[in-house]
Amino acid sequence: MTDAAAPGWLRLVPPLTLALMALPVAAGLAGTALPAFRDGAAAFATLAAWPGLPRGALLSLGTGIAATLLSLTLTLLILAAFAGTPTFARIRRLIAPLLSVPHAAAALGLAFLIAPSGWIARALSPWATGWQAPPDLLILNDPWGVSLTLGLVAKELPFLLLMALAALPQIDADRRLATAATLGYGRIAGFAFTTLPALYAQLRLPVYAVLAYGMTVVDMAMILGPTLPPTLSTQIVLWMGEASLGQRDTAAAAAVLQFALVLAAIALWRLAEVAGRRLLISIAVRGHRHCALDRPAAGAARLAAAITGGSLILGLAGLALWSVAGLWQFPDALPENLSLRTWAGAAPVLSETMALTLAIAAAATLAALALSLGCLEAEARFNLTPTHRALTLLYLPLLVPQVAFLPGLQGLALAAGLDGDALAVAAAHLIFVLPYVFLSLAGPFRAWDRRIAISAATLGASPAAIFWRLRLPMLLAPVLTASAVGIAVSVGQYLPTLLIGGGRVETLTTEAVALSSGGNRRLIGAYAVLQMVLPALGFGLALLIPGQIWRNRRDMRGVA
Amino acid sequence: MSGTLDLQDLRITLGDRRLVDLSLAIPAGGTLTIMGPSGAGKSTALAAITGTLAPAFRLSGRILLNGRDITHLPTRARSVGLMFQDPVLFPHLSVGQNLAFGLPAHVCGQTARTARIAAALASAGLDGFANRDPATLSGGQKARVALLRTLLAEPCALLLDEPFSRLDTDLRDQIRRFVFDRAAAAGIPTLLVTHDADDARAAGGPVVDPLGKPLPL
Repeated sequence: MTDAAAPGWLRLVPPLTLALMALPVAAGLAGTALPAFRDGAAAFATLAAWPGLPRGALLSLGTGIAATLLSLTLTLLILAAFAGTPTFARIRRLIAPLLSVPHAAAALGLAFLIAPSGWIARALSPWATGWQAPPDLLILNDPWGVSLTLGLVAKELPFLLLMALAALPQIDADRRLATAATLGYGRIAGFAFTTLPALYAQLRLPVYAVLAYGMTVVDMAMILGPTLPPTLSTQIVLWMGEASLGQRDTAAAAAVLQFALVLAAIALWRLAEVAGRRLLISIAVRGHRHCALDRPAAGAARLAAAITGGSLILGLAGLALWSVAGLWQFPDALPENLSLRTWAGAAPVLSETMALTLAIAAAATLAALALSLGCLEAEARFNLTPTHRALTLLYLPLLVPQVAFLPGLQGLALAAGLDGDALAVAAAHLIFVLPYVFLSLAGPFRAWDRRIAISAATLGASPAAIFWRLRLPMLLAPVLTASAVGIAVSVGQYLPTLLIGGGRVETLTTEAVALSSGGNRRLIGAYAVLQMVLPALGFGLALLIPGQIWRNRRDMRGVA
Repeated sequence: MSGTLDLQDLRITLGDRRLVDLSLAIPAGGTLTIMGPSGAGKSTALAAITGTLAPAFRLSGRILLNGRDITHLPTRARSVGLMFQDPVLFPHLSVGQNLAFGLPAHVCGQTARTARIAAALASAGLDGFANRDPATLSGGQKARVALLRTLLAEPCALLLDEPFSRLDTDLRDQIRRFVFDRAAAAGIPTLLVTHDADDARAAGGPVVDPLGKPLPL
């Protein structure tokens, strides 16, 4: 349905949107690379002289690859063992809430859970451990990055599961699995041999995004990661925070190295994919049905789901409890009394920070919504087919590590006098909010019944009227869900806020991370609770509003 | 009752609607057709035999295969081969690898397996197709490969779920003959589900509706 009467500017929205994704990334990368090479190799020489370099780089590689491998394996295990069963329906309901928890809040929750003075130690003390005081154990910030890896898995597992769920119907998974079952294959083997290759092709970009993110995450690494030395990305941010220009050049050189490490890791991963696929097929054609795998695999999947879901939920509950705790001494499992002192005392600061966080999130989300809807409507009106390259460009801000291009972008913002401006922070958030909003909206938008548009057009409705009066109202629920996703993504952003905001734009996330090194658990708890509440409110409204508006429209319910 | 697919008072209801009511036995090498319009319960009967019935349905009675009660076994343990409307060939495997996937592991050794697959392909007029991409096959060729894959798994019964409905009319006769010849040669009971009287005629055996009433052709 090509429409000559459509406004010309609409045709420009998709290229504009892609430019908005690609240009800041490219400019930021250039802006990072320039100072790194300003004095010849001087910045790299300083970097090489940092004694923590080998270990910091290895930690980045190790935690990133381990977290990606674990999250992907567990995702596939859960799908293979439970797809189509009642257990899976239960797991599925947990995905969206867990996904909406910002990384920093999840890390803080986990820290409160597993620290030597954390909830687990308290629950087991003194009756099982004999501890009267928190033991001197390096569980948090362990030098191997184990707790950081676990924190990453807890957050990335729901993300990969969601992406896989969206891909399964596209690859005819049900009939492939049914065919494997009638040929006598066990669940795990049938899934791996018949469905996994096609599923993985759809999961590849999200997996690379998880890998790039895991290798370079800063907020989680500051809370859970090793300290002496920290991961390379964390050190970059520490150097960025120093006043001297020389340190900034070292940071830029380290960012270039970090980017190269991510590219190398993705290349390595790609090689492993090819080898893994060959291996899988060579096993498949041997004809073994591997039914004995099913029971232990189901047990392992159940355990993995329980541990990741459980640790997140318990950790967050612990945060909430700390924010209202009165006296809570080790090894008591629960506080002696509850009080709203923390909340009351911090209320003015909290509400101010929350308002700013929400304003930035709203601005970024609204812009992302407008651009996504413009792209999708242009696609529909001009019969455009999104190319694979366009999709990769959309993923670009998720694939290129933030720590590699945000320093450069910060330099540009400084030069333009925009640093420290809340609007500039919102613009930086837009780069990361847009891909998620678009991905969340695209499916329902494209699935909308085109016959409605055709019948409206035969009634004389203009394309604009069809969009504003039919398509958009009918897509209310997915639009609200996409908005909630956008708000959750924006609220969770740490590095863009810190760097573009120049330390002067304080959101719930930057404050929570800044507080994390101090000891005020009650205040940390309060910030983290608010960090969770904003996204939760968004998702709650996205469920409630359509239900209210469509309460007398049975066919509009359940459209999500 | 060796080699027999035996449905004993198999009744399936959804709410208070009776969809399936069958008492019948298909002997080894024999064929039976369940015929009816769509939504009449044919697929429900098939799902009960393959073990993929949704929990909302209520089932009573027993399904015996070779005297073994398979009513409540998981699909993978039933030894029931199934051909769908579409061939569902796995697109990441070559034609030969698709067949190898069906061939049980007790045929061991690469040489023996390759030979079995080559022989199976040759017997279906698909000589030398082992390395082909399934996507390059014609509809009739795909259907033949799908049947070969199902039979190579050595099932104790063969279920056919409207396997000819997606084929062009001129191909349909040829593939029908191929399928029923192969099923008879395998010496296992074959159950066909269809809405097409020509399919039922080609199958040869008795024809009933999902509630067990014999249908004249």
